[in-house]
Amino acid sequence: MRGVALVLAALVALAGCTEPPRGAAPATIVFKHAKILGPLDPIPGLLREFERRNPGVTVRSEPLTWTSDEQHQFYVINLDGATPAFDVLLLDLIWVPEFAQAGWLLDLSPWVTRGELAPHFPAAAAASVWNGRVWGLPWNMNVGVLYYRADLLAKYHLAPPRTWEELVEQAQRIRAGERDPKLDGVLWQGKQYEGLVVNVLEHFWASGTALLDEHDRVLPEPERAAAALGFMRGLLESGVSPAWVTAGDEELTRRPFGDGRAVFLRSWPYAMDLFEAAGSPVRGRVGIAPLPGHVAGAAGVGATGGFHLAVNRRTRHAEAAVALVRFLAGAEGQRAITAAGVALYPTRVDLYRDPAAVAAHPHMPRFHALALVARPRPVTPYYLMLSTTVQPEFSAALVGVKTPAQAVSYARRRLEYMLSGLR
Amino acid sequence: MTARERADRLAGLAFVSPALLALAALTVYPGLWVLWLSLQQRVPIFGIARFVGLEHYAFLAGDARFWNAGRVTLVFTAVSVGLELALGLAVALALQRQRAGRRLALSLLLLAWALPSVVTAKLFEWLYHPSAGLVNVILGGHAFNWLGDPRLALPGLIAADVWRTMPFVALLCYARLLTIAPEVYEAARVDGAGRGATLAYVTLPLLRPILLIALLFRTLDALRAFDLMFVLTGGGPASTTETLTVYAYRSLFQTLQLGFGAAVGCVIFALVMLVAWAYLRALRGEAATA
Repeated sequence: MRGVALVLAALVALAGCTEPPRGAAPATIVFKHAKILGPLDPIPGLLREFERRNPGVTVRSEPLTWTSDEQHQFYVINLDGATPAFDVLLLDLIWVPEFAQAGWLLDLSPWVTRGELAPHFPAAAAASVWNGRVWGLPWNMNVGVLYYRADLLAKYHLAPPRTWEELVEQAQRIRAGERDPKLDGVLWQGKQYEGLVVNVLEHFWASGTALLDEHDRVLPEPERAAAALGFMRGLLESGVSPAWVTAGDEELTRRPFGDGRAVFLRSWPYAMDLFEAAGSPVRGRVGIAPLPGHVAGAAGVGATGGFHLAVNRRTRHAEAAVALVRFLAGAEGQRAITAAGVALYPTRVDLYRDPAAVAAHPHMPRFHALALVARPRPVTPYYLMLSTTVQPEFSAALVGVKTPAQAVSYARRRLEYMLSGLR
Repeated sequence: MTARERADRLAGLAFVSPALLALAALTVYPGLWVLWLSLQQRVPIFGIARFVGLEHYAFLAGDARFWNAGRVTLVFTAVSVGLELALGLAVALALQRQRAGRRLALSLLLLAWALPSVVTAKLFEWLYHPSAGLVNVILGGHAFNWLGDPRLALPGLIAADVWRTMPFVALLCYARLLTIAPEVYEAARVDGAGRGATLAYVTLPLLRPILLIALLFRTLDALRAFDLMFVLTGGGPASTTETLTVYAYRSLFQTLQLGFGAAVGCVIFALVMLVAWAYLRALRGEAATA
């Protein structure tokens, strides 16, 4: 079945190659993408520029709702129904292997060499490759980082923490010194959703373990995984993190830190634009550091998120669609998302030193080093199954309904059952 | 049966047949398809499609997450519907007594009912915010962790649901109250019935059929509740607010296990049908005695 799909994909690709080059016949391609939040939407300008360079090609952009679950649902229903109604799609990077495995995406390997992926951060490029073929190109990138209150750390003569244990000490010292009951230690995302899995993964990596190892084994080191969850539970028990973190998502945790009510925050780069906005209570007082490691484990590494561009395998305009993907992921396409007013971060390494980009986002160079060592979530077609299965277990360990060891062992058993039918 | 009666019957059948056909095409056919799907292992991304019989149901029988979701669904339904009926009834009675501002009260009630549930969920997300939320401020500045504490999350969701749907019950009851002839109350007064006796022996018995209908609608809605928990808690913490519908959604659309998700869906369908059947029987009994 998969072989047939690959042959088909190759045939489509070959057919695409032998077609006359772009510009020969008028074509309208449809670009489906998540609604871009923020004051400036870079997409319309980019599409007009693409049309100007490709006479005869018209691009229609069709935005989807911004909730990730609804986008996924839309793509699944339509791609499984083999619709040719859209050609190019913007998709969350965790869906790339899933959609590729399902045979829904056009294999871009005939057009895109591995060399074309080189200008992107390795973690972003890794998420585009599955089974040795290229299925998409990265467009924007998120990386987990630690925000800290530079003014408070300086007041107590502290350097940004390199381990979580150090972070706990610093938070306790600063809170004791400030005597402000409204000042919390560290905020992170602990609600039962994808964000929780990202936070737990970062603690797993910092402890030197993983959710899925290179041999596709699930939770290969249960003791280490349980210890990492136990540490996170400890943050809540000791009060270093407020109890409500167990219901906190990105925005619920970003706001109190932005109001000056926490010393540390684990979040994504977009938050920095808001902290530095005019009128922000913490403007000029926020520092960015790599996520801490664990004393007994490895250095801290942020997880990556972001959107990739891919082509629907049922497209009738493969050549033009691939051209659009390459244009948007190219240097110019990504420079447009570094404009002031766009809270998206590109995946092309060069742009983090680009004078215009840095002028619009002065903190961009700080993210460069962090994005360079960032790590993708497990690149596998069953990532969502993995994630939705472990979410309740991780949540149960955080709120103390289960011990970390129980949660890990239950998650393992359940995943083994779920995956046994697939492998 | 006379020829006339037979002709009437045929005409009647002809009139309902378009509706019946539409129902069959839109509900019976997909329903049977889902049932068939639930007997298969179907995971499109891996190209898996094979018949597994009752295997999914057997797995569900021993699946702790499924039983937890079932328990959450039942508790949510029983408590929220109970509160909605009691409060809705009380509000309807208060509205009936109220002289000034009745229109304003009615509009405010409708507002809560008319808000899309996702908006309600977002509203409550901020109301329940542990430090900035109005609920904790009103409760005297406690830092209750409404949505993040496994003991408080479900009560929190129930309160939001009651706030949203109590007006439905209140308006239904109020409409019925308006149709009760004043003579009935006069007669009760003449017979020496006090307020309590009037409520217990006159108003409530007259409201019974409408309360049963409200109960039916609300129960079926509550059994299928999805959006509030999906937006507010995502089913967490520790799945203490994960209902059967949320579980089915996650299996179907997020993990794309179509067969397994369909099996969960079939269980929800059976549950809803069972409750609907029981209520309809009760309603029919009501109609017979009335």
